[in-house]
Amino acid sequence: MSKVSTTQDIEIRDTAANMAAADELTDVQGEKMVLNMGPSHPATHGVLRLRLEMDGEIITKAEPDVGYLHRGDEKIAENMTYNQFLPYTDRLDYLAPLANNVHYVLAVEKLLGITDDLPERCQYIRTICCELARVSAHLLGLGAFAMDTGAFTVFLHTFTEREKIYCLIEALTGARFTTSYTRVGGLSRDLPEGWLDELSKFLDEVKINFDETETLLTRNPIFLERTQDVGIITREEAIDFGLSGPNLRGSGVEHDVRKAQPYMIYDRFDFDVPVGTTGDCYDRYAVRILEMRESVKILRQCIADIPGGPINVDDGKIVLPPTEKVMTNMEELIHQFMLVTQGQDAPVGEIYFGAENPKGELGFYIHSLGGGTPHRLKIRAPSFVNLSILSQLLPGHMIADVVAILGSLDFVMGECDR
Amino acid sequence: MAIKVQRVKLSLWERLFIPALWNGFKVTLSHFLSFKKSKVYEEKNKNNKFKATLSYPEELWTVPPGFRGAPYLVSDQDAATKCVSCQLCEFVCPPKAIRITPPGEAGETAHREGAEKMPKEFEIDMLRCIFCGYCEEVCPEEAIYLAKDYYEGYDKNMMRRDYALTGSNREEMIFDKDKLLERGGTHHDRIKKWEKKTADAKAQEMFPVEDKSKKERE
Repeated sequence: MSKVSTTQDIEIRDTAANMAAADELTDVQGEKMVLNMGPSHPATHGVLRLRLEMDGEIITKAEPDVGYLHRGDEKIAENMTYNQFLPYTDRLDYLAPLANNVHYVLAVEKLLGITDDLPERCQYIRTICCELARVSAHLLGLGAFAMDTGAFTVFLHTFTEREKIYCLIEALTGARFTTSYTRVGGLSRDLPEGWLDELSKFLDEVKINFDETETLLTRNPIFLERTQDVGIITREEAIDFGLSGPNLRGSGVEHDVRKAQPYMIYDRFDFDVPVGTTGDCYDRYAVRILEMRESVKILRQCIADIPGGPINVDDGKIVLPPTEKVMTNMEELIHQFMLVTQGQDAPVGEIYFGAENPKGELGFYIHSLGGGTPHRLKIRAPSFVNLSILSQLLPGHMIADVVAILGSLDFVMGECDR
Repeated sequence: MAIKVQRVKLSLWERLFIPALWNGFKVTLSHFLSFKKSKVYEEKNKNNKFKATLSYPEELWTVPPGFRGAPYLVSDQDAATKCVSCQLCEFVCPPKAIRITPPGEAGETAHREGAEKMPKEFEIDMLRCIFCGYCEEVCPEEAIYLAKDYYEGYDKNMMRRDYALTGSNREEMIFDKDKLLERGGTHHDRIKKWEKKTADAKAQEMFPVEDKSKKERE
């Protein structure tokens, strides 16, 4: 071979070196500092990472980085029957597992077309579950928010109340956190004896806690300094970014799925939707406090009105038959085996069901090709959507405000990354 | 109907932090002096009604009835394994924590008369188990059940009961059939399905089926 070949060294940098080089460039170009907040930072409530570009203490650019808790729940759902996926919904918004359970089965029931067949008692119990979950989630949200802004006492008191809720949930479902309470077409078990009395005792006590929280925060000059006129989301912005839940209502948009598109039996209850006026952190705090009071109102009405009767749909092709019958009758045994191995036979089609979760509108979009498993299950996670506003909201604020804003947005990463 | 959130404007007196300080002390003192006795805790915490906490580990948590503990296998009053190896629980288990090895054709026959099968091996990986209770719910034989307490089935002399369901390595946490049966204990068969089936079969002179076919071959 007469051809002379020459070799040339091409520098291929690995990712770490690339990033180092990029940081070097920004350092040279401006006097800005890039700050990584998270993924393990007490104020980011989980594993949210924020990449903040700062000029002194003022944020010029913010990029939320999500996905650290991604478990592929949507893909997992494609490989199991509708009931089997239920325990996975506990782990979406893990601060309100009962509400997730209820809303997931409501979506599946909409697909199956059995929403109207649900017994009254089942609907009342489900409403109690949703509202109890809302109180629990907001108590934590407020406690953590207060702690982020420097008021540690509130956190301890709200957690004491949550402990009572968990006692109630444990008696109801058998587990404190991972409830897995509902089933497609009904519930896994009826209310235990005397549970409603315990619940009404709790409701008396939690009101004292709301008052205490208000005493500690509402007129506290430090808390007001840190929250009022901080992190203002205007009405238009809130709608543009698709916010939902207390964050949307804090911006003055009167939209609550329970009122706008009443599902279950929410149209029977007398409750108000609290809305903010300015859209700052303080409004979001105040909306949550008022929302809990409204939830207590709904719970009281539930306790007063709850009827007796069955808790499951009377259909052997949707709900598992009672064990006594499975052990004695052939037909029930066949139903049991068919239901467990093949699942509820869903029609071909697609549905979307959105409901008011504590964090916002939790939606399940199910695309079914028939049979017992979904072809595609999309979860519209309110926390994910609510976080999308961060890159718009944070620039212009001080670094200390980020903590208050994150606390007021009250997100859960389990649901955001799902 | 919507209710508007009230915006707060502080007076000069309130801006001096003194009312805020006083409010904080008021709340803390009221809790410290236990003016707020909790009715919810009365049942749970009989020794001290004013406390929201337990003096763990001297005082242990009592769980309400219906608690979902670890899944165990049970045997009936004749100390026979109830499981018939139908594998329904293995199928339904969302995290796939259960593994059942069926006996196969030449396998061990069931303890109970009339029942066809019994699992050769039955393993539950307690590290994967999420205690959802689906296995108990779907079992057509009431052979698997969730412990009603967190220390159920444990030898009290061995360890403190709140250290139940612990292990020092992964292999230890995969419970095999013997361990599950031991922990599960005896649950009386309330329906006695197989006794009835055997009686029915005998009455119709169709039992045992396999003996008949053997005779024909001979």
